[in-house]
Amino acid sequence: MSEQLEPLKKSEISVNDIAYTQMETGESVGLLGHLKGFWIPFSKMFKKTLTVEYPEVKAPTAERFHGRHQLNRHPDGLEKCIGCELCAWACPADAIYVEGANNTPENQMSPGERYGKVYQINYLRCVFCGLCIEACPTRALTMTNEYELADESRAKLIFEKEDLLAPLRQGMLMPPHPMYPDMDDSNYYKGDVKQSHPSQDVK
Amino acid sequence: MTTEVVDMITVVVDGFEVSVPKGTLVIRAAEKLGIQIPRFCDHPLLDPVGACRQCLVDIEINGRAFPKPQASCTIPVEPGMIVKTQLTSPVAEKAQRGVMELLLINHPLDCPVCDKGGECPLQNQAMSNGQGETRFEGVKRTFQKPINISSQVLLDRERCVLCARCTRFSEQIASDPFITLNERGALQQVGIYENKPFESYFSGNTVQICPVGALTGAAYRFRARPFDLVSTPSACEHCASGCDMRTDVRRGKTLRRLAGDDSTVNEEWNCDKGRWAFKYVTSVERLTTPMVRNSSGELVAASWPEALAAAAKGLKASKAAVLVGGRATYEDAYGYSKFARVALGTNDIDFRSRLSSNEEREFLAARVVGSTTTYLDIDRADHVLLVGFEPEEESPIVFLRLNKQVRKRALKVTAIATKLSIGVEKLKGEFVKVAPGAEAAAITSQSLNAKSVILVGERAAESAGVLSAVAALADSSSAKIAWIPRRAGERGALEAGAIGNLLPGGRPVTDASARVDIAAVWGTDSLPSAEGKSTQEIYAATNAGEIGALVVGGVDPLDGENSQSALAALEKAFVVSLEIASSAVTQHADVVLPVAAVTEKSGSFLNWEGRPRSFDAAVQDSLNRSDLRILSMIAEEMGTSINLGTVSAAIKEIASLGKWDGARASMSKVSAPAVPTVSGDQFILTSWRRLLDLGTLQQGEENLAGTARATVAVISPKRAGALGVVDGDKLKISTSLGSVTLSALVEDIHDDALWAPRNSRGSQLLVNLGVAHGAVVSVVKA
Repeated sequence: MSEQLEPLKKSEISVNDIAYTQMETGESVGLLGHLKGFWIPFSKMFKKTLTVEYPEVKAPTAERFHGRHQLNRHPDGLEKCIGCELCAWACPADAIYVEGANNTPENQMSPGERYGKVYQINYLRCVFCGLCIEACPTRALTMTNEYELADESRAKLIFEKEDLLAPLRQGMLMPPHPMYPDMDDSNYYKGDVKQSHPSQDVK
Repeated sequence: MTTEVVDMITVVVDGFEVSVPKGTLVIRAAEKLGIQIPRFCDHPLLDPVGACRQCLVDIEINGRAFPKPQASCTIPVEPGMIVKTQLTSPVAEKAQRGVMELLLINHPLDCPVCDKGGECPLQNQAMSNGQGETRFEGVKRTFQKPINISSQVLLDRERCVLCARCTRFSEQIASDPFITLNERGALQQVGIYENKPFESYFSGNTVQICPVGALTGAAYRFRARPFDLVSTPSACEHCASGCDMRTDVRRGKTLRRLAGDDSTVNEEWNCDKGRWAFKYVTSVERLTTPMVRNSSGELVAASWPEALAAAAKGLKASKAAVLVGGRATYEDAYGYSKFARVALGTNDIDFRSRLSSNEEREFLAARVVGSTTTYLDIDRADHVLLVGFEPEEESPIVFLRLNKQVRKRALKVTAIATKLSIGVEKLKGEFVKVAPGAEAAAITSQSLNAKSVILVGERAAESAGVLSAVAALADSSSAKIAWIPRRAGERGALEAGAIGNLLPGGRPVTDASARVDIAAVWGTDSLPSAEGKSTQEIYAATNAGEIGALVVGGVDPLDGENSQSALAALEKAFVVSLEIASSAVTQHADVVLPVAAVTEKSGSFLNWEGRPRSFDAAVQDSLNRSDLRILSMIAEEMGTSINLGTVSAAIKEIASLGKWDGARASMSKVSAPAVPTVSGDQFILTSWRRLLDLGTLQQGEENLAGTARATVAVISPKRAGALGVVDGDKLKISTSLGSVTLSALVEDIHDDALWAPRNSRGSQLLVNLGVAHGAVVSVVKA
């Protein structure tokens, strides 16, 4: 028994016996060879450079580049997000957190009954796959081409609703405000609302 | 017990044979084989109706096939039946797909805004048994949406598939037919009566059984999706019915609670209080750190070691007693019980923070502790007698059980009460009208037998002699007694010995061998042998200076009679308060220790049957400790360890104690005193608590409070005539302590009596009048 438990000894090979041998080197390239080598970078000095001087210069991305998300608005300024959480459901990285809430006459944030009260995207988790965009039933969530998403703390990379909402454009009013007169949520989805109505400016 | 002989019938479903009892529906026989037939209207606890037609299958009996597919939820099995579901019959499959297409014609495609999205039988079955494309090109029927059918239930009529589950539930289970199907054809819709709101204590169940998002709860509206929620099986902490529940938590907050499925107890149902009253945990300002009263008399935040040292010092300094409310879990109550005996060396402990009597204490020790009457006894009873107990208000699932038997086999129910209640009316019960205080005589004249059950409420303690009469009636008729308290923890506290005359397991404290039993397990030399004081006696002894310190957990001093004496005692004594939020007790306490709410800890309640209803912590990462753990820490600090650091340690120790097999405590007979005679503007006050009222655990739930019954004072037609009062007139009810003014309601009530809700908005009798039952009050038209 005891012999079998002895470590195997390979007496034929010992590390001390390994000899270092000289590598075979090729012939010397000679002066001409050196000049030939230097010619290549020299010749490139007169060609147009492809390098971009980032961050002083920013090249445009591809048109459909997956960048930071944006929460869009209807043409009168009401939010398109209804807080349905389908984006959060679709997200393979669990990067989206949504809480829905009731629209009330005093606090109408989106057309219809429901709006997204809390909307967070965690860019430490997001893999920019765009499945959330596909899932969104109201086209509230789209992606911009913005790619500069580095920051110095983890907390700053959780984007809140204010960070994601699209800016107010011409004809939009900052919600909460009532829906367009004589229109309901289905009119909004059909695109019947083109801009805000003076009566919506309740502030 | 006789075993019923059941005829079994063998049928073939999709080529597989299955034997089921006679009368089983085809859909259920298929379920038994694991074959799921899509359905909406079918519900195992409701009568079949065949409203949705989704469950169509091909059926053939003894070689003769039905010409068309049949609804499997309405056809009982028959010998020689061959059933082909959508899995084997293309005809059935096509029929189901067709029905689904028709159902979806008018169903809006608003799943993103619908609360049911993600857990919707219509969504799921449209995926599994429907087709992806619709051929309908017209305009969908729309309704104005949503409408409030009560303050807590919302109805979206366009989503409804007219399965009639909600209307059948209301009619068949709750007997609250406030909701019905109106109109015909495409315009058919669920509606409520114009003048009667959907005022039911069970309306939440309609939300749970709605197979689409037509009925939704206001409290959960738009709050979450199923995948956000962490679900924990739990037990209801609101009453002694003992419902199985499911608590859904999102990010540390309870968002909703659903009825669990326990066929022996709540049968998939629960009441609205259990379903919607959960915000008290988060809506009140919770205590977060221990607090100690400093030398200038202010409560200031302190560290745990500091607070525990202060508590231990104060409790060691003088004779101490324990008051534990009826809402503690079984394990916590056991902790209080052991703490009183081991650390404080006293039997002065009482869980009854309500109107109570020493007669009741003897009754509990002699008749209730260890008793084994169950829901099954109600199912089998030939006659149920209700004494000091209003099932719909005080234990709603007992009401549903009674109602089921009344509906099924006309169970005879007799209520001995001062006032005919809505619940007893629904049970078609015999109403034995008595004056408040005269219940005992009426009990004695009842004739029962061994198959009868006497359901005794906690209010039976409020009239002297009632419990003696109940015990005598049970002895003479061999009827079963069930004591049904209102609060969830009372039966557990009784079994845990959190009362002056009993040790854990129903062992009488005066019995030497019982004390030896317990002392051996607890590892103490001896236990106090004198019977302890009751709640009222503890307050009185504190005021007299005999008791110098109190440990108080989950008690509202305004719940009992003589609340002035209670508050004075709390002011005078050194009080250690274990509470979740600041209360009348913490205001007077010297040391306040924050404890975990029910959702934050594990444990169990014993329901009125004595059946353990255990639950796990629903909120996982709470830092709050249970009462048990804190008591253990105080005992450690006092130098007399009780060794109950965890709930599982308590469970193990309780199990090792076992059942008491010695002699039971006996009960001395109390005879009923004469009922006071009243005349002129005098009435004898009687009351009970409504299910939905100003209870502490209903705080912060406005939608629920919206369906509470109206606060009224009930008097008889004869007395109303004498006072010149009609329905709606204001009555001023007063005692020497104070008065309340309520709207009058003329109803079937004893001529001498006036009934008012005990703790409802505008009518907090114990606070306003200082009395709640049996006392003479004067009444004038205001």
